[in-house]
Amino acid sequence: MWSAARALAVRDVQLVWRRRGDALQPALFALLVLVLFALALGNDPAMLARAAPGALWVAVLLSGLLTLDTLFRGDAEDGSLEQWLLAPVPLAWLVLVRVATHWATTALPLVLAMPLLAELMALPHEHWPVLFAALLLGTPLLALLGAVVAALTVGMRRSGILVALLALPLYVPVLVFGAGSVTAAAQGFDPVGGLLLLAAGLVAALVLAPLAAAAAIRIALA
Amino acid sequence: MPDPDSPVPSLLSAQALRFTRNGVPVFGPVGFEVAAGEALLVQGDNGAGKTTLLKVLAGLLRADSGDIRLQGRGAAPALRARVIAYLGHLPAQKADLGALENLRFLCGLHGSRPGMSLEDAMATVGLAGYEDALARQMSAGQRKRLSLARLWLSPAPLWLLDEPYANLDLEGIDLVNRMVQAHLRDGGGAMVTTHGAYSAPPVRTRLLHLERPS
Repeated sequence: MWSAARALAVRDVQLVWRRRGDALQPALFALLVLVLFALALGNDPAMLARAAPGALWVAVLLSGLLTLDTLFRGDAEDGSLEQWLLAPVPLAWLVLVRVATHWATTALPLVLAMPLLAELMALPHEHWPVLFAALLLGTPLLALLGAVVAALTVGMRRSGILVALLALPLYVPVLVFGAGSVTAAAQGFDPVGGLLLLAAGLVAALVLAPLAAAAAIRIALA
Repeated sequence: MPDPDSPVPSLLSAQALRFTRNGVPVFGPVGFEVAAGEALLVQGDNGAGKTTLLKVLAGLLRADSGDIRLQGRGAAPALRARVIAYLGHLPAQKADLGALENLRFLCGLHGSRPGMSLEDAMATVGLAGYEDALARQMSAGQRKRLSLARLWLSPAPLWLLDEPYANLDLEGIDLVNRMVQAHLRDGGGAMVTTHGAYSAPPVRTRLLHLERPS
């Protein structure tokens, strides 16, 4: 089980490295959205700081959507998913490993670049820990929810906007609690409630999302 | 535990296997057996359901009715993964990875025979010197050979080969035949689809002819 997981993780990292130009795209996209936000809202730092939690979360969420379609599509087209199905390890386990490496290579760099982005939006330094915690809990949750949607649409030739339409309702609670916890902290309230809800969602998704995605892949390939 | 008095159960046996897609019958009902040391050659025209039959046996598709037994037991997913190695039309190779990297991933996923190195398998299928070649730069025949290397490394006793001769040159066809021969000699079994244009491997062979159900 571990050797299959390691093989898959190594493969994905190698693939990302081979296409490192493409791999930077989500981070650049998020940066672009935030730069536009900052420019459009003008040079009032107080106003920027108020909009910062929402803008940061929207940028992260949209950049995640951008890469969602690639999660299983390449593997479906070249027959890799068939071999996943035939492997002696559970499909859900492989899905979990795939989502974990996807998150680590697309969302984690963005989370680590958060000081830069937060500075851009003039978010006061004392709120950074809350933002960081919210993103660290929220982005894997987004990736897991997205995996279910990506698996549902993997049988279609071009899923396009359908992925976004299916994913957004699932993403809204994450956005509400993620941005909400930072806003709460900014207004002097306790942000722990939102963070705990994100953590609970993450735990539930860690268990349930791979199973749901695996079932969807089985249906798509039949 | 199997009854000690009964003969050794065959690697694969199927009874009254039938598959329909959207209400249209694709094949069946068919029944057959593959014993250890024996090859079953599945012949039929295009669209006769050869690929579908192999996918059903591999567990990628679910049969409408019928019974599949592996080594005398019901074909549970865990047993299937241990007994069956499936070589399909799609190569399952990532275009941006090298030949050896692709092979390492597939063997990591499926497990490999102990005491056999990836490089040896590459040499066996005539790909020595291509270890670092990217899959997208390899020809269709070379990618087929890479798939054969993966098969060669697989510990599974039953090979399901879907058109293994496609894209291969004469030497490659001979390679497939030699591989099947060696595999059967080691007590394995094989099920090979072909539309009949190629010579069958020179081994104990049974023939299954599929026809489009009317």
